[in-house]
Amino acid sequence: MDLATFLIQCLNALQYGLLLFLVASGLTLIFGIMGVINLAHGSFYMIGAYMAYALAPIVGATFGGGFFATLLVGLVLSVLLGYVLEWAFFSFLYDREHLQQVLMTYGLILVFEELRSLLVGDEVHGVAPPEVLSGALPLGGLMTYPVYRLFISGVCLVVAIGMYLVFTRTRLGMMIRAGSTNREMVQSLGIDIRFLYRVVFAGGVALAVLAGMIAAPVSSVYPGMGNTVLIVCFVVAVIGGIGSIRGALLAAVLVGAVDTFGNVLLPQAAGVLIYVLMALILLWKPQGLFRAG
Amino acid sequence: MDRSGALFAVLAFLALAAVPAVAGSFGVDLVTKIMIYAIFALSLELLAGSTGLVCFGQAAFFGIGAYATVLLSPQHGPPSLVWMLPASVLCAAAYALIVGALSLRTKGAYFIMVTLAFAQMAYYVVHDTPLGGGTDGIYLATKPVLGPWLDLNKPLAFLGFTLGCQAAVFVFLALLLRSRFGRALAGIRVNEQRMRASGFSTYPYKLAAFVISGAIAGLAGFLFAVKDGFVTPELLSWHLSAAVLVMVILGGLGHLRGALIGAFAFALLQEFFQSEAIFGAFARHWHLGLGLTVIACVALLPHGLVQVPGQLRERLLGRAQRSATEMRNEPL
Repeated sequence: MDLATFLIQCLNALQYGLLLFLVASGLTLIFGIMGVINLAHGSFYMIGAYMAYALAPIVGATFGGGFFATLLVGLVLSVLLGYVLEWAFFSFLYDREHLQQVLMTYGLILVFEELRSLLVGDEVHGVAPPEVLSGALPLGGLMTYPVYRLFISGVCLVVAIGMYLVFTRTRLGMMIRAGSTNREMVQSLGIDIRFLYRVVFAGGVALAVLAGMIAAPVSSVYPGMGNTVLIVCFVVAVIGGIGSIRGALLAAVLVGAVDTFGNVLLPQAAGVLIYVLMALILLWKPQGLFRAG
Repeated sequence: MDRSGALFAVLAFLALAAVPAVAGSFGVDLVTKIMIYAIFALSLELLAGSTGLVCFGQAAFFGIGAYATVLLSPQHGPPSLVWMLPASVLCAAAYALIVGALSLRTKGAYFIMVTLAFAQMAYYVVHDTPLGGGTDGIYLATKPVLGPWLDLNKPLAFLGFTLGCQAAVFVFLALLLRSRFGRALAGIRVNEQRMRASGFSTYPYKLAAFVISGAIAGLAGFLFAVKDGFVTPELLSWHLSAAVLVMVILGGLGHLRGALIGAFAFALLQEFFQSEAIFGAFARHWHLGLGLTVIACVALLPHGLVQVPGQLRERLLGRAQRSATEMRNEPL
């Protein structure tokens, strides 16, 4: 492997890892704060990718189009979706056992997949990246690197920094952190914890949808894409420590690197490597790298 | 198990034994499949219901049992059941030992996700490596026999054999849960901290339960491989792990007969939503109906179908019965 190839694989690993972080942070956030294991989280990623495909012509017809307009419309829809779902399905799961949450959200996966099949069909679709970002940067003598992948990494980094600032520097972030530690206490201080949960859930959904939308031009859009991501995100959440955003970031980049380089160096065992990584880390630290505070 | 439970079990097994007399070849095939699922569900019931360990990777043991059956059976001449069955079960139990030893270091939500991830690992091993024959799966060369007495190629003989296995597993688990070991598992489910405080080293108990559960799931996998004659990676997929969890919860967690009821209810629901006679072209989207039913069950029947007679009786006879019913049913 020469230097240019190595560099390209590094960038790919970083891009994949950061994208995973976007999905996994929502998963770990919803678990850490609301205590709900959300299997349907992968479906939101799938919904995002299909939105990027299906909304583009509609947005094009009404607002004059453009990738970024589609992104914006998708995000607004996803927040609404998250808000309604929390109200309809998740709000009565908080006091239930994990088992029932798993079951309910599994039912939601089946429903989402079939609704997707009914509305858009079962074909595989490609999504074109926006023209501004469709170029490629020269790298070394012969290699190039697509600008769009850099754009994905950039968006993910901005979101990660944004999340960090919201959680540590704003009143909302403070309330959310307090709510995850002691629900009753926060409630008795006069903060509407149900509204807070709804906001967190909508935020988590929006993160997964955003990830799906920006990933669509790279990964294409296909049925069942959410399930693959979901399981990898579980691995990320477990390695990072469930509930820890910092842990999710580190673990996502780690998993991205192991998976990308595994595909290059050890293609026969690539699918297994991240699980081996998880097993090793659990042997060392059963609670994950960062324990949620 | 209480008396109504034992009565239910005896009646259910008698009814199943009568299936060949009334059902055609489709019915025999369906009932055999459901009984294999019931054995599979019983294996999870030992973990999730009796010990309080929610394993979300049970399909791995099922699939490994099935793959071991196919990979170990010789190309020529039928293998003997005497060594085929234990060998497949042992393979599943061995993987359960490894997974259990690692994942039992974790608790709660971690345990759920870690068992899922280990099952995915096994899935990718059979899916991606030449060992498992890839996406298409592999065919079983010849079905095992037991001397001249039992030929599993015949559907009725196989039905009888499966019924025997199901009854044996049911009785084994019922006895196991009444033993000192079973009481210890119940103690771990209710309050592990207190069990440790009273001098039980809980880890070996949980590991033993995990391995036994894996072995029973392997038995179900063996039966499944012999029934269909081929295996695919889908036998290890997390959809099957989720489906068996649905069966156990649908039936009623914490009751052995709940696993049986759940397996039957789930498989029949699946057949119902897949039926083109009822839904026409829409039967292709049978996951939608199944998903909505699962959601409705979580919302309306948190304690499963086992509790439905109790809930009905309570409605009819008023609150006087309630305290008695509640005392009999242990808290989950």
